[in-house]
Amino acid sequence: MTDQRTKTDVPADAPAPVSLTKTSWWKSDGAEPVRRNLGLIGVLIVLVIIGAVTRPELYGDASWVTNNVWTILQQASAIGVVTVGMTFVIIGGGIDLSVGAIIAVAGVWSTTLATQSYGTAGMIFTAIVVGVVVGLVNGVLISYGRLVPFIATLAMMVAARGLAAQISGKQTQVSANSTINDIASTKILGVPMLVIMLAVVVAGGWVLLNRTTFGRRTVAVGGNPEAARLAGINIRLHTVLLYALSGLCCGIAAIMLTSQATSAQAAMANLYELDAIAAAIIGGTLLSGGRGTIIGALFGVLVFSTITNLFAINNLSTEVQNMVKGAIIVAAVLVQQFRYRSLSQLFSRT
Amino acid sequence: MNDLSRRRILFGSAAIGAGAVLTACTSNSTGENTQINTNKDTEANPNAAPGEKVVIAFSAPAADHGWVAAITNNAKAQAAAYSDVEFKSVEAGADAAAQRAALSTLISQKPSVIVLLPHDGKELNAVGLEAMRAGIPVVNLDRAFPDRGAYRLQIKGDNFGMGLAAGTYIGEQLKAKNISNPIIGEIPGIDSLELTQQRSAGFKEALGVYGFRVANRRPAEFTADTGQRAATELLQALPKIDALWNHDDDQGIGVLAAANQSNRKEFLMVGGAGSKAAIDAIVADNTVLKATVTYSPSMASSAISLARLIGQKKGMSDLVELEVPKEITLASETITKENAAQYAKLGF
Repeated sequence: MTDQRTKTDVPADAPAPVSLTKTSWWKSDGAEPVRRNLGLIGVLIVLVIIGAVTRPELYGDASWVTNNVWTILQQASAIGVVTVGMTFVIIGGGIDLSVGAIIAVAGVWSTTLATQSYGTAGMIFTAIVVGVVVGLVNGVLISYGRLVPFIATLAMMVAARGLAAQISGKQTQVSANSTINDIASTKILGVPMLVIMLAVVVAGGWVLLNRTTFGRRTVAVGGNPEAARLAGINIRLHTVLLYALSGLCCGIAAIMLTSQATSAQAAMANLYELDAIAAAIIGGTLLSGGRGTIIGALFGVLVFSTITNLFAINNLSTEVQNMVKGAIIVAAVLVQQFRYRSLSQLFSRT
Repeated sequence: MNDLSRRRILFGSAAIGAGAVLTACTSNSTGENTQINTNKDTEANPNAAPGEKVVIAFSAPAADHGWVAAITNNAKAQAAAYSDVEFKSVEAGADAAAQRAALSTLISQKPSVIVLLPHDGKELNAVGLEAMRAGIPVVNLDRAFPDRGAYRLQIKGDNFGMGLAAGTYIGEQLKAKNISNPIIGEIPGIDSLELTQQRSAGFKEALGVYGFRVANRRPAEFTADTGQRAATELLQALPKIDALWNHDDDQGIGVLAAANQSNRKEFLMVGGAGSKAAIDAIVADNTVLKATVTYSPSMASSAISLARLIGQKKGMSDLVELEVPKEITLASETITKENAAQYAKLGF
């Protein structure tokens, strides 16, 4: 009887293994980031085409186009560095709302007259140490103080802005250090220094996430904290390190921004937390943790930067630009919800 | 458990220690730079003689940029210059609701005069009315109340006039250079604010007189980093420009940096507000910044002086009237290399 049944069922089941082998890698879970990144590259290409169609006289000039590419990348550099740190935190199951405020504290602290008197190294050291220390405080509050990341970093966002205002005496602090100021205008072999810094941070972030135990642990901690704990990972320590990493990225971004603006002030890097979170999300990072890519986050930042550029060259208002940004975030999350399903699966559900 | 608490203590003390070490190098020894009236010549101005004691309560939003900081510093310094003024400053808190609460407490303490820079004129209108009904004259600084009964004196800058002055200066300069169809850029501050719209309207109107118009407009947020971003975008969008008006000298630090970074020197730039850094740059004349139109925080000093006169029921000595006028709008002046020396003391 049982033999009979299986025999009759064979024809019905037969196509299944065939379709599995056909769609093996491309539709597999592992190819999801690649599919998404190709999607984002597609979006970038569409944006460039729109730019070329709307302003042909600009896009006809090769040197302008090269210059424009560097401009877009430079505009993305500081926020890109922050997004790398943010991506780690989100993959690790957290969120960091204090990044903009950390940049402000680090930027302001490194440009006080006292710090500036220690020279370039003193300014860079201060920015990095302040960023890491504030990140550590975030991490300790969350890990050992058992505060929800949203609340802890929200509190830090408010407090750090306050600290920045206190340190700066509510004034814009101009950087008199020409080495720092020159970072933003220096080019090495035709590539702007800021773009090189972004590339180094992104490459470092990629290696750290994909090729080290630290990266694997981050995914494990964010994906399933209990399983990670049972597997022997020190979740608390790891969480502290993730926020410190985010703080480190903020410290680096503070130097980049200070160099670009040749000054720092308490209100600098306003709302960077939202831009960084949005970029990470449209780059395919799950807000609930355990999944995400650095390259995707970078593309997320580039999409925003390219939209800003597109609106600028067409002299369109920033209001419309913000609406478009919002729509892109929603679209990205909608796509994310269907990430495991093929289109046919999607339609067969209805 | 023991282990955990020890670790907590360790982390806590490490964090505090690091904080202490870093605090050691935060000192900012810039002297406070204020613009006040120090005229004590009682013969030339009888009002300068000490009179009846006046308690002035002052409230302004927590400063998020240089201009608001200068407002508070000026008010404080001007009050300190009078021996007959007692100055009570109240933090306005984070928003209009917090400022309302702070002011209600103040009203119950019955100061002689209240001087305030509201978070928002419309939202603080009721508090103005309440104070006036309680018999406390209110001096509104810069952000008007809709009800005329809500204030005794309103002293403010001229946003439309700023745009007008900037547009006129740019128009004259370009006309003198015989540029018939110039490309003009504009970098306003926070675009949703009424003051930004008024400035832009004035600018547009002044340019219209010369038959010019704004080719590209990228708003920033009154901070140097947003100024740099907006200017970078604008300069990238316009490969060649003739003139640029940036609404705010604080964000102008970033705008100038962007011009430097993209190696652009072909245009003339006009600033806004009249900061010390901008005036210095205009005098040095080695950047694209050639002029700035004022919106001076010295109005806070004048507000305190006038509040004192209101408290003492005196008029302005050069006017016939026995009391201080109800509304004063400061003129927006154009600072160029030629007249910068006389404005140097008003830079903030």
